[in-house]
Amino acid sequence: MMKGIKKWRLFALMSMLLVFLAGCGREEISTLIPAGRVAQDQFNLLILSSVIMTFVIVVVLIIFILAIVKFRRSKVGEDMIPEQVEGSAKLEFIWTAIPIVLLLILAVPTVYSTFDLADVSTMDVEAKDGNSSHLTVNVTGNLYWWEFEYPEQGIVTAQELVVPTNERVYFNLISADIKHSFWIPSVGGKLDVNPENVNTFYLEFDQESSELEDGVFYGKCAELCGPSHALMDFKVKSVDREEFDQWVTAMQAEEPAVVEGALAQQGEELFGQDGLSCISCHATSGLGEGNLMAGPNLATFGDRNRVAGYLEHNEENVKKWISDPQEYKPGNLMPDVATLNNGEKLSDQELNALAAYLMGLSVEE
Amino acid sequence: MDINQKYTPQSWPDHPETATLEGKNKFIGFWLLLAAETVTFASLFATYLALKDKGPSGMEFSAAGLFELPLVFAMTMILLTSSLTSVYAMYHMKNYNFKAMQAWLAITVMLGLTFLGLEIYEFNHYVHIGFGFTNSAFSSAFFTLVGTHGAHVLFGLSWFIALMLRNAKRGLNMYNAPKFYLASLYWHFIDVVWVFIFTVVYLMGVIG
Amino acid sequence: MSSIAQKKGFGATIWDFMTTVDHKKIAILYLMSGGFFFLVGGIEAMLIRIQLVKAGNDFLSAGTFNEVITMHGTTMIFLASMPILLAFMNAVMPLQIGARDVAFPFLNSLGFWLFFFGGIFLNLSWFMGGAPDAGWTNYASLALASEGHGIDFYALGLTISGFGTLIAGINFLVTIINMRAPGMTYMRMPLFTWTTFVASALILLAFPPLTVGLFFMIFDRLFGASFFAVEMGGNTIIWEHLFWIFGHPEVYILILPAFGIFSEIFAIFSRKRLFGYTALVFATILIGFYGFMVWAHHMFTVGLGPTANAVFALATMIIAVPTGIKIFNWLLTIWGGNISFSVPMIYAVAFIPTFVAGGVTGVMQAIAPLDYQLHDSYFIVAHFHYVIVGGVVLAILAGTHLYWPKMFGTMLSEKLGKWTFWFFFLGFHLTFFIQHFLGLMGMPRRVYTFGADQGWDLFNAISSSGAVLMATGVIILLVNVVMTIVKNERIGNDPWGDGRTLEWAIPSPPPFYNFAQTPLVRGLDTYWIEKMDGNKKGMIFAEPLGDIHMPNGSIIPFVISLGMFIASFGALYFLDGKPWALAVLIGGLALMFGSMLLRSLKDDLGFHITKEELLEDAKGGNTDGH
Repeated sequence: MMKGIKKWRLFALMSMLLVFLAGCGREEISTLIPAGRVAQDQFNLLILSSVIMTFVIVVVLIIFILAIVKFRRSKVGEDMIPEQVEGSAKLEFIWTAIPIVLLLILAVPTVYSTFDLADVSTMDVEAKDGNSSHLTVNVTGNLYWWEFEYPEQGIVTAQELVVPTNERVYFNLISADIKHSFWIPSVGGKLDVNPENVNTFYLEFDQESSELEDGVFYGKCAELCGPSHALMDFKVKSVDREEFDQWVTAMQAEEPAVVEGALAQQGEELFGQDGLSCISCHATSGLGEGNLMAGPNLATFGDRNRVAGYLEHNEENVKKWISDPQEYKPGNLMPDVATLNNGEKLSDQELNALAAYLMGLSVEE
Repeated sequence: MDINQKYTPQSWPDHPETATLEGKNKFIGFWLLLAAETVTFASLFATYLALKDKGPSGMEFSAAGLFELPLVFAMTMILLTSSLTSVYAMYHMKNYNFKAMQAWLAITVMLGLTFLGLEIYEFNHYVHIGFGFTNSAFSSAFFTLVGTHGAHVLFGLSWFIALMLRNAKRGLNMYNAPKFYLASLYWHFIDVVWVFIFTVVYLMGVIG
Repeated sequence: MSSIAQKKGFGATIWDFMTTVDHKKIAILYLMSGGFFFLVGGIEAMLIRIQLVKAGNDFLSAGTFNEVITMHGTTMIFLASMPILLAFMNAVMPLQIGARDVAFPFLNSLGFWLFFFGGIFLNLSWFMGGAPDAGWTNYASLALASEGHGIDFYALGLTISGFGTLIAGINFLVTIINMRAPGMTYMRMPLFTWTTFVASALILLAFPPLTVGLFFMIFDRLFGASFFAVEMGGNTIIWEHLFWIFGHPEVYILILPAFGIFSEIFAIFSRKRLFGYTALVFATILIGFYGFMVWAHHMFTVGLGPTANAVFALATMIIAVPTGIKIFNWLLTIWGGNISFSVPMIYAVAFIPTFVAGGVTGVMQAIAPLDYQLHDSYFIVAHFHYVIVGGVVLAILAGTHLYWPKMFGTMLSEKLGKWTFWFFFLGFHLTFFIQHFLGLMGMPRRVYTFGADQGWDLFNAISSSGAVLMATGVIILLVNVVMTIVKNERIGNDPWGDGRTLEWAIPSPPPFYNFAQTPLVRGLDTYWIEKMDGNKKGMIFAEPLGDIHMPNGSIIPFVISLGMFIASFGALYFLDGKPWALAVLIGGLALMFGSMLLRSLKDDLGFHITKEELLEDAKGGNTDGH
């Protein structure tokens, strides 16, 4: 009978916990709604440990409440002198042994999973056609923006990571300046982006981001890296393999996209060497190597979900950002545009032109 | 404890450093301080090993080509000898022979000064050939580790000299005997650290 | 003696505290300055919660927010929690072992002043060009890139106050090893003394790596070294290792004395001997020992590799075992007891479920793969506030109520104390419980703002409202302190009625020589044993009444610390090319070394209180002449 009650209690608690947990957070970013194998493993560990720990808390609470209810002075009498018990070897043994058993239950999946999630041995395994069978992305953390290089495909993008679903994607992480940490909460745990060494791990994306309300997963920098650490966001588009291959092909196109409209053409001129020389920091072609340019690659700017990683994607925000980047990401390294324009602010017309040009940069249909 | 009490070699206790509560406290406290010093040097050693031969690309200097063992070996011998002479000094302290203690301490100080002089020469030489403190991570770690030891030597010498001058006229008593003892203990510690530096930095450095 | 002190004017009282080497007065100094810094850190905490009350708030700028979080963490750990615990150690530990003072009264004073000037130096950064802004962990790559002098203030200030703490640690160790009263064997020491002992050993071995790391930081920033400069071959992970080799023992330096305070409280207010005293002692030692082997669990995401992560994960889990032993022994101590719910006991009782909650989330983070998700998220923020506020700060509040009568001779109001408790306790859970879920919902820590599109608004608002309750609790405590001081109702030796250890056998506050005659200890809880045997004096004596040797007061510790304080400004501005900086540096060092030399050259043998004076004092009602 007692046993039945206990089991029922545990079950009720667990289901309450699950309901509470599941109701938490947005699916684009919550670790509680895993969208990949790695995050799922970690979520399972969370549930396992939560159950064990809840059990511990309940046991302690029961003894605790009984003790403070039964032995209060008002109950046992003002002058009662309790027996001065020294201790009990038997009890000491019990509350040493049981926690050890509980910890052993936790230790096994911990060790297994630690090695499993760090296993990158298949990263360089070649498929039959001589190419690597898995996608590798080189991630470079910069002061408040992210660069993603696809070395085997020879393409570079920034701020929005595009990955195929249902396969392992390997990441090489390094920082160009100071330490950051690469985190896509709903897809898997974080790994630090150190300035002195490359860290490697893998993630799996099991859900297409188009199913999400916002169309992308949210990525974060998780290591304090300066004033705009909070704004060092990136986005992840996960698409099926076919769509991914199309995207790669589009990125690899040698010919620059045709700029349409007079306004956008004026913007292109401003952007180029004869204008403000934006292009000396920001490449507009997806072809190339990583970690070369001082600013983010803009080849896919028009396809993006956000401006500067966190502002809504519209021309208004593009113009705001260009005219005063420090206002929107304090401490970032983009020069004040006036210094590129002989000390003068850009006119509304020029801003409109730049925004129109940038919004037209696209590789997607 | 009476500072003016006069002793004879017979009435002088076998272990004057721990004969009073103050002495005992200082004795234990100083050993604990040495434990903290050990952790300090362990951290410095670990850092040195991590940064050994690390520098900007195209760095000119590495441990294998830099160090000259004969000079360092001479320094090692001098410091080891000074540790021995400080043992003699403590032997005479325990026998209440103040003059002999002062004499042996004086020899210890001379040897210590020689060591320090050679170390300054060595450092000067490195800086002269272009291996300065700011040269690389390796040079920073090297100068910090060996320099911290050098600073300890300097402090130990100043301590000896201050004690010798201060007590030159008043001789040994229960108040200053623990101080002499601890200064000598400190000197041994410095010596042990140097043995590690000699092994880890110089020998292992030259071998590669 | 102190009847004379009471007639002194204000200036003379200040001078008395500046020169004192009496452990009880130094305890008061620690408590007052620690309390002051606790309020400063609390204000910083409120600023953080105001900024995060809603999405996209612009109450604080990004840079200021980083300064505030850095100073909040640094202040609370180094300048509030530790000094207040050192205050209780100073006030109580020598009394518990039947000693007249600590082993090195002069160094005790030096330790305090170093801490004090280090803390002031650090906080002056607010007014001199900006506070440090790289987090209390001060990770190297960000710290090297940080502009202005904030990080230099951090490194130099913590170096100074770190020396002070190291000195205090050595002092307590020697005191406990050498100065226990006859019969006070190690296994008869009260648990607070035991935890002081282990925490001091941790201080001894943990602070040197921090000092070394801080020196590297100073060398890199001020003198062009390249320990952490990656392009020069440096390595920033060295800082992380050194910091956490210090940092993990540091949290045990905080929590062990807290355990000690709660152990005393459970025994006193259950009117019952500690259950499993031996197990509690060994659990304390084990926790201290393991504390040095788990530092890398703060670095699971650094990329140390699966082997290191697995080993450190398992080592970390093991710590749950001795901690569990402690919890269950406390539960069994109150089991079968006669529980009085006075204010200290309420805190102690509330501590158990709170700390268990903090402990189990600790085990969850020991699971390395799970920690990849939890690390640097709000989950960890919730976790360490559960153990540090739920453990250490509750212990500090409990200890303040418990030992206030012993330190000052008056009782804090029970009624106001309970109000403080309920505001603080409920506010605490409201603030931090929900942060676990913020972390799981993907919110990283140390973010100065968050977007409305992240789904974190509601929980952050709830969290901030809890902070208001906590602040209210602290304000009530301040009112309580002021009212108690104004009322000034004197109390006797054992105000709680159920004291068990030696400190409750002597007047409150104790005379400056503590024990006219050294007590003879007959067992654990020696005062309780004598009480039960009907001994009206509360103790038996190991020696006849005789002259007592006491150390002289001295201003030198203050001057040495002042010298270091001044020299630090010189070092800080030296490379700015300020012409006066070198003079300030040399002047400060001269002051410091000069006064050290003066101390070692001048024989200071102390003075004696004669038997007659002691008898005179005893006649005055044995209450320190008040």
